[in-house]
Amino acid sequence: MSPRRTPGAYNSVAVFGGVYSNHIALEAAITDARARDVDQIICLGDLGAFGPNPDKAARLLREAEIPVVCGNYDDSVARGLDDCQCGYTDPRDNQYARLSYQYTFQNTSPEHRAWMGTFPTELRFQLGELSVLACHGSPRQMNEFLWESTTPTQFLQKLALDGQADVILGTHTGIHWMRSWGDLSTPGLIGESRETPAGAYVNVGALGRPANDGRTEVWYAVLQAKARELSVDFVPVQYDHEQLAAEMRSERLPEEFVQTILTGWWTTCLEILPGKERARGRF
Amino acid sequence: MSRTLPILDAPTVPLTALDQLWFQVAGTVCNLKCSHCFISCSPDNHSHWFLDRAQVSEALVASASMGVKEYYFTGGEPFMNRDMLGILADTLAFGPATVLTNATLLPQRTVDDLARIAEGSQYTLEVRVSIDGTTPEMNDALRGEGAFVRAMDGMARLVAAGFLPIVTAMQTWDDFETPEVLGAFRELLADIGYTRARLKILPPLRMGAEAARSGGYAETERVTAKMMAVYDQDLLLCARARLVTARGVWVCPILLEYESGRLGETLQEAVDTPARLSEQACLTCYVSGAICSNVPGYAQDHS
Repeated sequence: MSPRRTPGAYNSVAVFGGVYSNHIALEAAITDARARDVDQIICLGDLGAFGPNPDKAARLLREAEIPVVCGNYDDSVARGLDDCQCGYTDPRDNQYARLSYQYTFQNTSPEHRAWMGTFPTELRFQLGELSVLACHGSPRQMNEFLWESTTPTQFLQKLALDGQADVILGTHTGIHWMRSWGDLSTPGLIGESRETPAGAYVNVGALGRPANDGRTEVWYAVLQAKARELSVDFVPVQYDHEQLAAEMRSERLPEEFVQTILTGWWTTCLEILPGKERARGRF
Repeated sequence: MSRTLPILDAPTVPLTALDQLWFQVAGTVCNLKCSHCFISCSPDNHSHWFLDRAQVSEALVASASMGVKEYYFTGGEPFMNRDMLGILADTLAFGPATVLTNATLLPQRTVDDLARIAEGSQYTLEVRVSIDGTTPEMNDALRGEGAFVRAMDGMARLVAAGFLPIVTAMQTWDDFETPEVLGAFRELLADIGYTRARLKILPPLRMGAEAARSGGYAETERVTAKMMAVYDQDLLLCARARLVTARGVWVCPILLEYESGRLGETLQEAVDTPARLSEQACLTCYVSGAICSNVPGYAQDHS
């Protein structure tokens, strides 16, 4: 990695989230990010869910010394809560969410649970001259879903103003997208005025399962800034998804979860998808 | 009979954030006269009148700086409002919109226009269709003769146009029967080509016409300050929403017929005024969460 200018100040970062115990994709993403010579790699939480042997992903992150923001799954596992805090009401979604959570909880070591209890709910850093707030769901609520089709720009602007940040990073939904408003190269008015400064929101996607698009790759984001000029690249990660599927089957995880990995279409936890995102999927 | 509590005794809930802005876009005017309607809408209930396109636009502009996340349109029957398509098009420039309809006034040209409007926005247009049973007998007993067939026709046109309607039904059955009823709904909708149905079951609100049908709230059924002390108020719609009507801004769509629900003339006044849980219907929201939202209220566990 190239030397940092000061701790917490970078010119480039690789950011991923929603690992969902997909340790094979995680390893591939870390390798890919390192090859890009980024200043820092950051994880936005939800280490467990859907996938097999959750301790493997946790071990990889700890060995790589990657800072992790707390996701709702990590929070639930660390505190031994009854569910993943996704808020499903549909009986089918609830059933699969429960299976996923119980498996993950039972197979996460006490040591890793304790480690998850140390995750902060947000990380702040400088990217170039931009102030960045990295969280799991939204800055105000760890388990808030910010979908592209149900998140108005006016709402993002309020989050950025309230959070005193130029750029907000999140994950939680599992589908990557971004939106910017105004001209970021013009210094913001944050702290001086309630007028709306320029900003950007980036949902970095998820490494744990595909983006409900019929492709087997998973996604993360590389952000770079030169002064206040931001560039964002969404990076598809190809990995041995068939090996992951085999491992999931050997752990007797639901076939519905395996099919998502093999086909790229979400089969469960569909209730919370808005109409536009749901219509793009198969189920 | 619902009872308003003395104003000093009722717990108050300040607005956490204006996440949802609702519009009583058809007032209390509806082409149907359902026996379970909690605000007794009908063709001749004019206690609340239609909002016109300019009134909605004014509220949209005012709401933008408040960071509203979602817009909802209800009535009455929204598609009795002649401006409805224009209103939805205007709204989708600001954010996602949901329209709550009985789907009986959706001829092909209206559905085509809706599809065009939805396609033209980066935001989702959700159509929520109220159907209260899986057979004409079950549905029409509540919604009137012929309502089932007309609603299913409207739904079929929506599905064919690419919408994934959220089908809502008021629960008129025992809890143990819910899986069977959900299964029957899925079969019914699959028959018109809707194979991934989105279903939402609502608890009855025992007020308005529904109070006469099934009996109102008991005298003791109300939210107290003590109950709120151990409750996450963000689960309530009144902590996150306001309702614009032609006669001022109300706290939520449930309390439309209560003057205690009116929080101000303007949106800003209503935002600045805390809600008072002085009506017995507030108990249903307390027990079931923000039932009016597409996705029910959920909270982060701070225990």
